[in-house]
Amino acid sequence: MLSNGDKLGTRRSQRDNKGVSMFKNAMFLSAGLTAMMAATPAFAQTEITWWHAMSAELGEKLEEVAQGFNDSQTEYKVTPVFKGSYPETLTAAIAAFRANEQPAIVQVYEVGTGTMMAAKGAVYPVHQLMADKGEPWETEGFLQPVVGYYSDTEGNILSMPFNSSTPIMYYNKDVFEKAGLDPEVAPKTWAEMEEFSKKIVDSGAAQCGFTTAWITWIHTENMSALHDQPFGTLENGFGGMGAEFTFNNDVNVKHWDNLKKWSDEGLFQYGGPVGGADAQPKFVSQECAMFMNSSAGRAGVIRNATDFEVGFAPLPYYDDVIDEPKNSIIGGATLWVLNGKSDEVYDGAAKFFTYLSQPEVQADWHQFTGYLPITTAAYELGQEQGYYAENPGSDIAIEQIMRGEPTPNSKGVRFGNLTQARDVVDSEFEAMLAGQKTAQEALDSAVERGNQILRDFEASNS
Amino acid sequence: MQTKRTIFPNKLLPYALLAPQLIITIIFFLWPAGQAVKSSFEREDPFGFRTTFIWFQNYTRLFDDPEYLNAAARSAVFAVGVTALSMGAALLLAVCVNRLLRSGKFYTTLLVWPYAVAPVVAGILWWFMFNPTIGIVPYLLEAFGYRWNHRVNGNDAMILVIIAASWKQISYNFLFFVAGLQSVPKSLVEAAAMDGAGPFKRFWTIVFPLLSPTTFFLMIVNINYAMFDTFGIIDGTTSGGPAGSTNTLVYKVYADGFLGLNIGSSSAQSVILMLIVIILTVVQFRWVERRVQY
Repeated sequence: MLSNGDKLGTRRSQRDNKGVSMFKNAMFLSAGLTAMMAATPAFAQTEITWWHAMSAELGEKLEEVAQGFNDSQTEYKVTPVFKGSYPETLTAAIAAFRANEQPAIVQVYEVGTGTMMAAKGAVYPVHQLMADKGEPWETEGFLQPVVGYYSDTEGNILSMPFNSSTPIMYYNKDVFEKAGLDPEVAPKTWAEMEEFSKKIVDSGAAQCGFTTAWITWIHTENMSALHDQPFGTLENGFGGMGAEFTFNNDVNVKHWDNLKKWSDEGLFQYGGPVGGADAQPKFVSQECAMFMNSSAGRAGVIRNATDFEVGFAPLPYYDDVIDEPKNSIIGGATLWVLNGKSDEVYDGAAKFFTYLSQPEVQADWHQFTGYLPITTAAYELGQEQGYYAENPGSDIAIEQIMRGEPTPNSKGVRFGNLTQARDVVDSEFEAMLAGQKTAQEALDSAVERGNQILRDFEASNS
Repeated sequence: MQTKRTIFPNKLLPYALLAPQLIITIIFFLWPAGQAVKSSFEREDPFGFRTTFIWFQNYTRLFDDPEYLNAAARSAVFAVGVTALSMGAALLLAVCVNRLLRSGKFYTTLLVWPYAVAPVVAGILWWFMFNPTIGIVPYLLEAFGYRWNHRVNGNDAMILVIIAASWKQISYNFLFFVAGLQSVPKSLVEAAAMDGAGPFKRFWTIVFPLLSPTTFFLMIVNINYAMFDTFGIIDGTTSGGPAGSTNTLVYKVYADGFLGLNIGSSSAQSVILMLIVIILTVVQFRWVERRVQY
């Protein structure tokens, strides 16, 4: 019947122009029939919609993961849907929830964690889901920083850890060599960063020393954590919604002052707000010799850095502030299960999470993307496979986030409306770069405006 | 004066005839606008679990917020810039094309193309050309000793969005100006030429005044375009930055509501925008139109 309609339409359209509308009708009809047939397959397969924010290389890999689950059984089908950037995905999920059209699973970035945790009626906590469905769930298997960041005050994990990352430094070994530097030695401290950058720019090996993604996450939040400085009160917001920002601390002021100075001297180039859209192009086009970004930028950097060799290193620190830098903090996203779906859908979601936790699946995802292995088992599997030995630098992120004993200042930051607060930080940073404010003025103003946002969040959630 | 009036005895028919239009207006305009007004008086968490009625707090907060006042000022600069640039360039092109006899049609077709480009695509296009790292324009400007960086320099960013937004609107203005120019009576222009008026004199004393209905119409359309339709271009090029220097009122509604999830404040801002549209239109028709000669 379908093919008849198609043939009929095609023949008519070939014969005369009037046939075009008939052809369209026939196509429309057959498209409708195809859709109906697809909706009622021979056996009932429960569909689990998964909204995500992974584009390009990461998006392709994510679809592979979902396909892997779909091929492993016949009862459930996970359908990944790309919804744009992280903020767009979160907004879309909230809007859909209000219209009762929400997906079963949504990927929410760490900045949205405060918002999601406050939305108790909207979320089906993952620890509860796994218990209800009798799926294995052992928090001991997860890496400590992951558990620490995504647990509520009672120690329960509310969302499924999926792609966690932490910032690291990428550098161009070829440029280092041209500048007369040892390509195997990356700068460890900010003093060395300045020194190396000067050598690189003065020797003409590259136009600029370094650029960066994420001023907020890397140069404000992680800067505070690495140097054991509080980012906010109440254990950086973990202790409740009454917390306030205090990130106008001495280390951040000193660092922002330096960034402004280095920007004026041409050692540092600003890559844009939020994720810094211009930063990676500056690095892979060899304009800038060093680049700080999420460890998950690895796949993209390797694919785009075709003319030079990339080195990996931990984030630099100020050795006049701290002797041994603390662990860096987590970024990336987790998977939240939303309320209001049928029981079968939750059965499938629980099975899917069990699949995701398997060391093989985890290790594959981690090794391809540069995200952290979520479980100790996946890390150990990678070691057994010899992955870290074969790919030098691929374990920098995990070593950096696991080093030392985390303090309340390096456990992470958790605030409601953090997206808005980060926009404020970006905007104040830009005002400083443009010379309208000093670092101290910019950070003071960011804290003041940020606290107003926190009070709004507290007011609308209590 | 007496006019003949036809009386329709059916009382329901007029309502039935009006119904489709009314239903569309109510569903697609009045209802959403009403919702916006309602939530502008409320404070709500993103998921809509807790709603508190807070009177005018969203509004008072806005007018105390230097960021909002800054956005208003930026919108004004942007709207004036876009209107002046796109209308000026379009008029110049239209006058040139109007002088061509045979190739006029060809140029007209070419000049209309940009109008078909989607705003976001236009934004990305200009973003590429002006990109401080990979763009051609900063590369050329550097030869003149100017270091273009719209990521840091607010004026550069404003110039970029004005150019990108105007470029898209030039085609539209151009079409109307060409049509307007063709309806200017040739005899008037020729008579003036015989009296010894040069091309500039002829343009400013005859053609331009006769074009004023077109110019007036385009001015309204362009200001509205710059104020309300340029979201895609700003999102594609500068995302309102750096430091809020291209953050127009419309973009701020989006950023606060969709990215910041602050629905109350975002609604209050859209209600204010609605009022601005109403005021602008009234002012334009009451005061500006009086000076237009039809």
